[in-house]
Amino acid sequence: MIAIGLESSANKIGVGIILHPDDGSTPQVLANVRHTYVTPPGEGFLPKDTARHHRAWAVKLVKKALREARITPKDVDCICFTKGPGMGAPLQSAAITARMLSLLWGKQLVGVNHCVGHIEMGRLITGSTNPVVLYVSGGNTQVIAYSSQRYRIFGETLDIAVGNCLDRFARTLCISNDPAPGYNIEQLAKKGKKLVDLPYTVKGMDISMSGILAAIDGLAVQYGLDGEWNDAEEEAASDDSESAKPTRADLCFSLQETVYSMLVEITERAMAHVGSKEVLIVGGVGCNERLQEMMGIMARDRGGTVHATDERYCIDNGIMIAQAGLLAYKSGSTTPLKDSTCTQRFRTDEVFVKWRD
Amino acid sequence: MTLITQGAEAHLYKTTFLSPSIPAALKIRPSKPYRHPILDRRLTRQRVLQEARCLARLVREGVNVPGVLGVDWDLNSVHSLKGVEKGEKGVGAGAWILMEWIPGCVVRVVISRWEKYLSSRSHSQGNGSVQAEKEEEEAKILALLRRVGAAVGILHKAGVVHGDLTTSNLILRGTGADADAEEEWKDGQEPNLEGDVVLIDFGLASQSIQDEDRAVDLYVLERAFGSTHPRTEPLFGEVLEGYRASYRGSGSVLKRLEDVRMRGRKRSMLG
Repeated sequence: MIAIGLESSANKIGVGIILHPDDGSTPQVLANVRHTYVTPPGEGFLPKDTARHHRAWAVKLVKKALREARITPKDVDCICFTKGPGMGAPLQSAAITARMLSLLWGKQLVGVNHCVGHIEMGRLITGSTNPVVLYVSGGNTQVIAYSSQRYRIFGETLDIAVGNCLDRFARTLCISNDPAPGYNIEQLAKKGKKLVDLPYTVKGMDISMSGILAAIDGLAVQYGLDGEWNDAEEEAASDDSESAKPTRADLCFSLQETVYSMLVEITERAMAHVGSKEVLIVGGVGCNERLQEMMGIMARDRGGTVHATDERYCIDNGIMIAQAGLLAYKSGSTTPLKDSTCTQRFRTDEVFVKWRD
Repeated sequence: MTLITQGAEAHLYKTTFLSPSIPAALKIRPSKPYRHPILDRRLTRQRVLQEARCLARLVREGVNVPGVLGVDWDLNSVHSLKGVEKGEKGVGAGAWILMEWIPGCVVRVVISRWEKYLSSRSHSQGNGSVQAEKEEEEAKILALLRRVGAAVGILHKAGVVHGDLTTSNLILRGTGADADAEEEWKDGQEPNLEGDVVLIDFGLASQSIQDEDRAVDLYVLERAFGSTHPRTEPLFGEVLEGYRASYRGSGSVLKRLEDVRMRGRKRSMLG
């Protein structure tokens, strides 16, 4: 069976095509294409402009994916799209495209929860069977474990997502958004040495990020590090490593060290509680190598393993929607045209996971 | 010294104190190599001291918790500080706390045994006469859940919030001479639901009398309950009933709990 997946919940629009061979062997990725809406340094992406970008790219990407997969619309069994959660206007682009294709090709629709898409793709790529999942991205931060047909949320952020915290700090420092603000923070943090004191906010199994962002934004302003870059100043500061004044790199380093410690801590607590030895990191922030490294050290000390994927599958993509959608389709769920809406609010634990026992 | 369990934060060992006949629980917080050494020292020190202070206070107030026998919050502190200054990696300090040994079984295990026991019985029998027996069984578990709620209430009344309430952090103190009979249990056998509920693991506890902190405590327990005991989750209301009855002021905490429940992200705003 073949499914096409459309994803556009944030600033990426992705189309993926997956094949589940009839003999039950390993699913194959036939195509996985994506385009990102990149804004200038210091700016975030606005829903309206992002949606316009997605609308302009949707048809091109579908055509490209079909070409790459060497299939025709006739070969497709179902059309999967992100139902939510995400930003309203961008979400609509994929939903409308999916509806159009459904009417045009006469195929069934399957609405997919974005988070479940990440989890199912992560499970497929890494082959981990029943891991504790850390889902970290620009819009979501959750620690998830599977139990009785639901992906249950053990801990989550109470305010902003970790990716959002990093992205917004990148905006404060006017760091480039290309290819991604988080990636550029990671590169800059590699040069950081000094750890500045930041709040450490684990609350029960949950965490809170907004206070940390306010604190580090305040530090950036206090040391005059916000706004446009001044290269000469930056170099002088990095030469003089003994000075009390932290550099941009130090701030990025401290922010990463603090928030990732919090993430690893709640993941470890969930592992201890569920008695699981496997961790799966999914979502855009999951590409971060420092986070993967810290998680790896934690897991090793517990005698466990970490599974992570690379940017093709970590960052939002269409193939994960196709994968989760096809699993749902094979277990008999489809979304009638009149229900093929999208929504900003759609919790991971609302989905009834029919395809697992 | 035998390793009992490796929690997220610490390793728990069973050892003895003063005389070989007095068992004690030694909780070692090793340094977390994944964390930056400075951050690690700060957190380890903060938490172990917090834990000792909370336990000391609770013992004084007569709450059912293990007593503290000793604590060290900065293992080889001189060495590790030097290491940090030299820029060496992974030399954070560890800490330990020695506590009274509580014999018994954690509530998580007791409840899952009860769930198994119940399902094994519903398979083997199915006629009407079992109904009364079933209700009797249910009354026992409800009483246990109320005792759990009451234990949390008494803790809060003493001015401490736990910070990590799960059914793994509650021990049903073994009664009688065979207090160590934790291991001997076969599938489908009726578990013992009697005994005092003792709260353990105050690694994330803090002193607070605010409704907010207390409500978050209950919320953490509620969520942990839902994820570990989906079958018993419908009975969680009984825990809250036990809590309500345990001290004055519980009413406003339970009201606050409703706000806390609404806090998770991306909830449907319908209804």
